[in-house]
Amino acid sequence: MAENVTPRVRVPKSAKPGEDITIKTLISHPMESGQRKDKEGNTIPRSIINRFVATFNGETVIDVTMEPAISTNPYFEFVAKVPEAGTFEFTWYDDDGSVYTDKQDIAVG
Amino acid sequence: MNLTRRHALAAGAAALVLPRIAWADATADAISAFTGGADVAEGSGLTLTAPEIAENGNTVPIEVDAPGAEAIIVLATGNPNPDVVTFHFGKLAGAQRASTRIRLAETQEVVAVAKMSDGTFQRASREVKVTIGGCGG
Amino acid sequence: MMTRTITAMAVALMATGTFAQAQDLVINGEIPITTRAPAPDFVPAFSEVISGWEFRSPETQQLETDDFENPGMLFVEAAREAFSEPLKEGGQSCADCHESPEALAGARAVYPKWDEEHGEVQTIEMQINECITERAGAEPWGYVSTEMDNMSALMSAVSRGMPVNVATDGPAHETWKQGEEMYYTRYGQLELSCANCHEDNYGNMIRADHLSQGQINGFPAYRLKNAKLNSVHDRFKGCIRDTRAQTFKPGSPEFVALELYVASRGNGLSVEGPSVRN
Repeated sequence: MAENVTPRVRVPKSAKPGEDITIKTLISHPMESGQRKDKEGNTIPRSIINRFVATFNGETVIDVTMEPAISTNPYFEFVAKVPEAGTFEFTWYDDDGSVYTDKQDIAVG
Repeated sequence: MNLTRRHALAAGAAALVLPRIAWADATADAISAFTGGADVAEGSGLTLTAPEIAENGNTVPIEVDAPGAEAIIVLATGNPNPDVVTFHFGKLAGAQRASTRIRLAETQEVVAVAKMSDGTFQRASREVKVTIGGCGG
Repeated sequence: MMTRTITAMAVALMATGTFAQAQDLVINGEIPITTRAPAPDFVPAFSEVISGWEFRSPETQQLETDDFENPGMLFVEAAREAFSEPLKEGGQSCADCHESPEALAGARAVYPKWDEEHGEVQTIEMQINECITERAGAEPWGYVSTEMDNMSALMSAVSRGMPVNVATDGPAHETWKQGEEMYYTRYGQLELSCANCHEDNYGNMIRADHLSQGQINGFPAYRLKNAKLNSVHDRFKGCIRDTRAQTFKPGSPEFVALELYVASRGNGLSVEGPSVRN
């Protein structure tokens, strides 16, 4: 089970109505691929974040299916449209059932 | 069976190319699963950006960009499992573009397939050379 | 954002096997980093000392230009939290003596340095453990451990952009001389000294990798290879192991001396940690 998983997101504080903004996310996670072996030669079991979702005011921006080939500390950069003021919600789903979330408000004006 | 030299050579050659076919099959299967078996065009509607030479296969930056796409799948043809990532773009995606960092086991072709909004599929690929590191300093 | 230009630059860089002219590193658009400086007088082999950042590919270099993209900063953030947590139950935290990590800005730039009270040269890790055991009365952290590497990275992060300025004279001089001696001593079955790679062959390829000058101004370094922070002594251990020698232990007097000497070779470069390397 992954420990000390901390999500980070970068969202601008404000946008113009309808503006496209760039969002960056980074989460600390080993993304154990299930392909590696420990010193005794035993396979280290897979333990990854398998899905990442970003929504704005409940509407989907991006929904990402992740495989073990995503690097340690997964990073995503993508573009969101901001039709009105509101809240971005970011959710990461772990193989072990853990769910990590972050929220960011954005003003429009 | 009368094994001629020619037969033996052919059998040997088949054995040599088998692993390659296995990789190609895994990638083809992954693409079929994504497209439902539909035709995939080599098109200009999808751009896949990746370094030609990756300094370390553990962390290779890539970007996919397909204006108007519904989803984009990325596959690493030379990895033990070719699946890497699938981006599904929602109503509030400001662009059908995304970047991430991926693991590549060896020098190989990275393939992206985009599902366009009209239901057609486009493909792009890039060869990425993964260097065998020195000491890292 | 990646561009084809960056890709093209990478190819040019790798294909020629040389690193190009001086490049500018500015972190977060606000912290200029000196990646080239006049070499100290005691390093006759170079006219300039060069940060390891310049030897990396454009993709790796870019990861260090923005704290958000630098995975090493995840560990700095963890250390920021630890900074105000008690070092033992009901005990003091770092913040009880040092108001904030920023209050310690500049410390990293002068370590390793002579400690009068203990009569020895101390690395910043030794100083951190001195605080933990002598001030807070808590159990010391492992010299190479997650807590220590994180705190060391925080100490670097708050000093970024400041010139490395370790003292080589005065009471530290004897230790510094010991480090210099080690730097030019051939170790292991391969009979390689630090200088054989990092002085005689920097800029050349070692397998498919560019040899740097072996500067440590960017430590601890986040390496893509193992996706974690790597401390200076861990790096030294790796280098000596690569010569097929029995290595010294992290925290050993030998590595403390070597760190003082190697750090002084980078006097004038900016503190750059946590850097991103391959």
